[in-house]
Amino acid sequence: MTPERRAGAPEPLVELPPEESTLEATALTRLPSGRGFLEPHRLALMAVAAVLVFCAAWFMRWDWLPTYAGALVSGVGVTLLMLVSTALLGFVLAVPIGLVQVTGPWWLSLPAQGFCTIIRGTPLLLQLWLLYYGLGSLFPQFPEIRQSFLWPYLREAWPYGVAALTFSFAAYEGEVMRGAFAGVPRGELEAARAYGMSRWKLFWRIWLPRAVHRALPTLNGETVLQLKATPLVATITVIDVYAVISKIRQVTYLTYEPLLLLALIYLILTALLVAGFRYFENRIPNRSA
Amino acid sequence: MAADLINWGLLALEPPGWGGVLLGGLMNSLKIAFGGYALGLVLGTGGAFGKLYGGPVTRDLMEVYTTLVRAVPELVLILLLYYAGTDLLNRLSAALGYGSVDISGLAAGIFVIGVVQGAYSTEVLRGAILAVPAGQIEAARAFGMSPLMVLRRVTLPAMLPHALPGLSNLWLICTKDTALLAVVGFSELTLVTRQAAGTTKAYMLFFCAAGVLYLLLTLASTLVIRFIEARARRGWVAR
Repeated sequence: MTPERRAGAPEPLVELPPEESTLEATALTRLPSGRGFLEPHRLALMAVAAVLVFCAAWFMRWDWLPTYAGALVSGVGVTLLMLVSTALLGFVLAVPIGLVQVTGPWWLSLPAQGFCTIIRGTPLLLQLWLLYYGLGSLFPQFPEIRQSFLWPYLREAWPYGVAALTFSFAAYEGEVMRGAFAGVPRGELEAARAYGMSRWKLFWRIWLPRAVHRALPTLNGETVLQLKATPLVATITVIDVYAVISKIRQVTYLTYEPLLLLALIYLILTALLVAGFRYFENRIPNRSA
Repeated sequence: MAADLINWGLLALEPPGWGGVLLGGLMNSLKIAFGGYALGLVLGTGGAFGKLYGGPVTRDLMEVYTTLVRAVPELVLILLLYYAGTDLLNRLSAALGYGSVDISGLAAGIFVIGVVQGAYSTEVLRGAILAVPAGQIEAARAFGMSPLMVLRRVTLPAMLPHALPGLSNLWLICTKDTALLAVVGFSELTLVTRQAAGTTKAYMLFFCAAGVLYLLLTLASTLVIRFIEARARRGWVAR
């Protein structure tokens, strides 16, 4: 059941739910190492790549770039805002979802389990459209909602995008948190109880920090997957970087250039994310250190 | 009251209802998922062996392939491959003098999903092959088996139990990724659902119905996967 364990790597901290065991196969979680970059065959490959990039820059049309530079930057901003806000909200939601499945009464754990099953079992695009078109068409029928202070926001697209992405992150990460809560050694919890800690203190001081620590290695991959899911919000008229590129394609009638630039932008964003996570992972002490 | 709100007749299979259209969309989704998954397995097997046993150049190219696919959103890849693939094929056939060819949405969708799944399964299969004890493969070689026979008789059967959990996840991901083809206008389940909902204005009903169909597909797949895994792990010592 352990597909790949690098020699000397520590035991995984948390028994992963099935869908997360392929996290590294579907999301980039490690940057290629810089070693061996000067081997002869790599130099040759890099020369080929350089020629390709040069051809792309020289023979393709990039004259639209200065016109849309500002829109692109703001699009990247919206994408990052979507990513950070939904990942944070989703994680906050994932903690109770994981916890009630481990220790909660059945009338809390069953809905949590159902939530995870439904969100993980249907495509995100469908959930997004269900919220935006479905709920969005139901809300105006209720005068109470139309007159509430929330109405100006509910008429826009982004709350539905944030909601769908948050639910998705919460469901996937909630399953991870369930494993993490269940995996905290019983002795530590019993020791805390023996010290006379109340249930809340035990939770805040021992159980939650230990569970979060165990779940941290999955956060990197989950966040990259979340970044890869953000362009879907463009289908409900949120103007993220994907929507800006779509607009450019419609206006300029160019097929490849904007899409190649878009792929490059996402590549850079993913690399930055992975590098950032590696920086923080090195600062968090782990048991094997 | 609730019975008046929901018009179940819209889900009828016959034409005034849209049930038949939804099921047709589901069939299209399934075709793409099966085809793309199979193509992905072929590409993934090649990729995994290329990464493990290929020369330095092959290895680096495979690394570039998996890195790119894992770092760029599926939606962007699907658009790029969809346009680039059909365009290249058209130019190729024009250069060969056949004129432009009509590429069916089904073939293009299978190609696109297959290339994406290929990178994912490369990683899964590579890990599974690494989990096979090296001694078994060496023993097979010492018996004088050809590389192909080693692959067929030792490596593939021995790695399969290790690969199954990952591969079954990839299948679930694959069925959900087919929804992305709605963005390029292929009439799979999500797109026909949106069309049905837009025509009838019964958004909630149709999106929920499609959700139930996807959920049933996932749950049925999970049952089959559990059966296959139990079978593949006969004789394993419980850990």
